Amino acid sequence: MSTSAIVMMVVSMLVIWGGLALAVVSLLRHGAVEDRVGEPGHRDL
Amino acid sequence: MSTTAGGSTQQESEEQGRRGAFSSRRVFILAAIGSAVGLGNIWRFPYVAYENGGGAFVVPYLVALLTAGIPFLLLDYAIGHRHRGSAPLSFARLRRGTEGLGWWQVGICFLIAIYYAAVIAWALRYTFFSLDEAWGDDPEGFFFGEFLQAGDIRVTADVVPGVLVPLLIVWLAVLAIMALGVQRGIGATSLIFIPVLVLAFTALVVRALFLPGAGEGLDALFTPDWSALGSASVWAAAFGQIFFSLSIGFGIMITYASYVGRREDMIGSGLVVGFSNSGFELLAGIGVFAALGFMAQAGGVGVSEVASDGIGLAFVAFPAIISEAPAGALIGVLFFGSLVIAGITSLVSVIEVVISAVRDKLDTGRLTATLGVVVPAAVLSLVLFSTTSGIYVLDVVDHFVNQYGILVVALISMLVVAWVLRALTGLGDHLNVHGRPRIGAGWRILTSLVAPAGLAVVLFFALRDDLRAPYEDYPDWLLLVFGWLLVVALPLVGFLLARLPWRAGTHLDGAPPGSDPAAPLHATEGGSR
Repeated sequence: MSTSAIVMMVVSMLVIWGGLALAVVSLLRHGAVEDRVGEPGHRDL
Repeated sequence: MSTTAGGSTQQESEEQGRRGAFSSRRVFILAAIGSAVGLGNIWRFPYVAYENGGGAFVVPYLVALLTAGIPFLLLDYAIGHRHRGSAPLSFARLRRGTEGLGWWQVGICFLIAIYYAAVIAWALRYTFFSLDEAWGDDPEGFFFGEFLQAGDIRVTADVVPGVLVPLLIVWLAVLAIMALGVQRGIGATSLIFIPVLVLAFTALVVRALFLPGAGEGLDALFTPDWSALGSASVWAAAFGQIFFSLSIGFGIMITYASYVGRREDMIGSGLVVGFSNSGFELLAGIGVFAALGFMAQAGGVGVSEVASDGIGLAFVAFPAIISEAPAGALIGVLFFGSLVIAGITSLVSVIEVVISAVRDKLDTGRLTATLGVVVPAAVLSLVLFSTTSGIYVLDVVDHFVNQYGILVVALISMLVVAWVLRALTGLGDHLNVHGRPRIGAGWRILTSLVAPAGLAVVLFFALRDDLRAPYEDYPDWLLLVFGWLLVVALPLVGFLLARLPWRAGTHLDGAPPGSDPAAPLHATEGGSR
């Protein structure tokens, strides 16, 4: 593989899969805050 | 309409019991991912990326995802989650005169379901063909000749038993899933199928990466052509890929969001669904092009000569790869099995749009509505697509329903909600009650300007191409009957259906009681789900 192809593959992975990881973490953290304030109906991810 | 908190939640529980609901946010997210991740992720994205700048395609693709795809996804979520109804009911609750938009979306889903099932049936049959490489030395001749028995381009009633039987199996499976309901059917299927799909496809990608020539395939996919970024058609391809892939704008996400508890974070969920869909597309791109690189090396040709998409990729190129590769049967089972799983979870979502609308309008039970929708859909599907002319009709219906059905109704719905009803502020406020990160003016600008502009550009390029030359050089009568007339009939039928009365007692003016996400949570709500 050429260097430019490797770079773009890594960049794509970082941005898209990294974005997914951030979105999941954000959703989990938001859920955790709600749980601490005692909302019985809340379901965590 | 004001009610007490207790009264609201009692009505909400009754409504949940009547319509069904997902038991948790996790189930909803998996069901939404199951809907978004379909055949297009596996067989369309890799070639679209390759054809439109390779590695450079990631730029317009991400721009389209963040400026149009996710904002539009959140709009669908807001409409369904706030108005707690199927697409027609949610639009009727937004403004009665817009109900027809919902029925237009329902019609599109019904059409998609009847041909989508046929492709899943082909993939199901090919899962077993992979075990003994039934296509021999000529995958193309086998697929069109022996398997589909495709002849001249004319509509026939000559049934192909090899397609009829798996198609019947697919519809029986769909009937069983839909009859079980929102949680026990769609939810449970998603809980099992999505992890299995990810595992199976990951195994396929790992296997493909160790094939000789995989590097050349990935090189072809990811080598950037930066000059492509100056081409409007490349940007249109990126916006088109995002719109078609995310299941937005034709009722699915409105329907699914109406089954989610009113205090869930729909913004965070939308981000997870959007990035999951793109994450799977990237995985598919790596797996497909690694395999194509192997095929090119084995044939002593360039990747450009073997790269393809859609039916050609799945049923011609992949069988050739399976025949050549070590442990090819394993690759075949993983690839076609993934197509079947991804297809089924998407198919149940489009069927649910129709069932949900019928139930809301006529107040029928789950089983009655399921039989009333699935049986006619299955019969039409079997009649049209298990015959020797099935592939031609399928290709034309697919092209026109996607280009002029989904795109047009999505564009009009978005413009109506943003500019005629001016409902974006209220919908954004609804999502912000429990959603993080909060959305505001930026989301409203993207949803009212950027996303419609993106859709309009995609539509312009599609229309330009179809007016320049007949699609795939099919005869005019085929394009007229199964293309243009069909897409014109859909909105007419939609607005006629909107004239039928709602079941007695249906709340139509604004969001229904019990939908306020800021209202106190009733003690029974958690237990009812």
